[in-house]
Amino acid sequence: MIAVIDYGLGNLFSLSSSLKAVGAKAVITADPAQIRAARRLILPGVGAFGDAMARLDSSGLTGLIREQARQGKPLLGICLGMQLLFQSSREFGLHQGLGLLQGDVAPLAVAVAKAGLALKTPHMGWNSLLFQRPDCPLLHESHEGEYMYFVHSYYVRNCGESLTASADYGIMVPALVWQGHIYGCQFHPEKSGAAGLRILQAFATGEAAGQ
Amino acid sequence: MIAKRIIPCLDIRDGRVVKGLRFQGLRELDDPVRLARFYNEAGADELVFYDITASFEERPLFTDMLRRVASEIFIPLTVGGRVNSLADFDRVLKAGADKVSVNSGALLRPQLIAEAAEKYGSQCVVLSLDAARFSRAEGAEEFHVFAKGGREDTGRDAIAWAQEGERLGAGELVINSIDTDGVRGGFDLPLLKAIAERVGIPVIASGGAGRKEDFLSLFQLPGVDAGLAASIFHLRELSIGDLKQYLQQNGVEVRL
Repeated sequence: MIAVIDYGLGNLFSLSSSLKAVGAKAVITADPAQIRAARRLILPGVGAFGDAMARLDSSGLTGLIREQARQGKPLLGICLGMQLLFQSSREFGLHQGLGLLQGDVAPLAVAVAKAGLALKTPHMGWNSLLFQRPDCPLLHESHEGEYMYFVHSYYVRNCGESLTASADYGIMVPALVWQGHIYGCQFHPEKSGAAGLRILQAFATGEAAGQ
Repeated sequence: MIAKRIIPCLDIRDGRVVKGLRFQGLRELDDPVRLARFYNEAGADELVFYDITASFEERPLFTDMLRRVASEIFIPLTVGGRVNSLADFDRVLKAGADKVSVNSGALLRPQLIAEAAEKYGSQCVVLSLDAARFSRAEGAEEFHVFAKGGREDTGRDAIAWAQEGERLGAGELVINSIDTDGVRGGFDLPLLKAIAERVGIPVIASGGAGRKEDFLSLFQLPGVDAGLAASIFHLRELSIGDLKQYLQQNGVEVRL
């Protein structure tokens, strides 16, 4: 069973349907008992970083997610959910994240402008993946150059070793990060057609803690 | 870099696709779920559904259709048609839409854009506008926004309205040209250029696609992100796969 952590942000319809489509059993929940009982966790999210962390804090989920990650349970953060895995964000003020991965979150518009590029933000649409670490378990069924669907205005910086795949948007945007049993994708695998479903399937069928 | 998007658009009435379908021997393709599956496999980058249901009572047919499509098609889905309130946003988002397009509802009450962007995020709010040329006596040409499906000149300047939409929080623009719609002689490049130069959000061009070359000249315009079309795809005059191959051979980045 996969627990999709529900903290009241974003539309979970597609994620839940796409997990069903890859044959994964999933439950959308905020219940600590269900989260503890699940074999794997997905942290979704759309919206602002500070608001998301405030919701996780007030519902007691921040500590629970950290505890579960410490115990080695596979965790996949999607879009804002990926950004939350890092240490901090500068989206509308400085906010602390879950701190499970090294790195921080910064506005894409500033980076793109600094690079002297006239590119639109948000980074929205289909972009292709470059692999830094093709050995990542989530990429077993994927190929470099496959397109994924992105919608985001902030991006992860300084993520060091966890950088697994990236997308070229004038600057290199971390698209997939991975460290041990913790994964994050900046794109929406549940909106990226067959290529996205292969990533979700790889997470759903990968080796889980304690198995 | 970001691929240019090809977006088929489906008009839905009473839960069925209504517009100009000519799939010989494949009548069941007026089933939106089958047609959505077909376009998904053909390489569509996104699907747009317009609800042209006549009465309020028939609304659930549309949301049921949407729910069925969203349960098995995993590319972005945009929904438009009769979106006048946050309750309308809520209804289609809960049924699986990823983005909601507003047109007349935003003309009547522009604040709807801001309220929806605040509640659901800008990425969710698409401003769709119908524009046509308006010639002044002295010969100067400008573009006006039309309401009621293109029947009523609002007197509003199309470029100013597009900019206002961006300022209020729309995440994307769909620009429908009334002058080129149905003519199939190409997209309205002067209109699109005028708007794309003045906004910083993605621009989706609509109206006028007749041949694959039309998409090439469209994507040669800086600032245009996607091409939307209905009949050219529905009538099977052009397959999305062939179109994308052609664009790629001509230096346009597409998702193949």
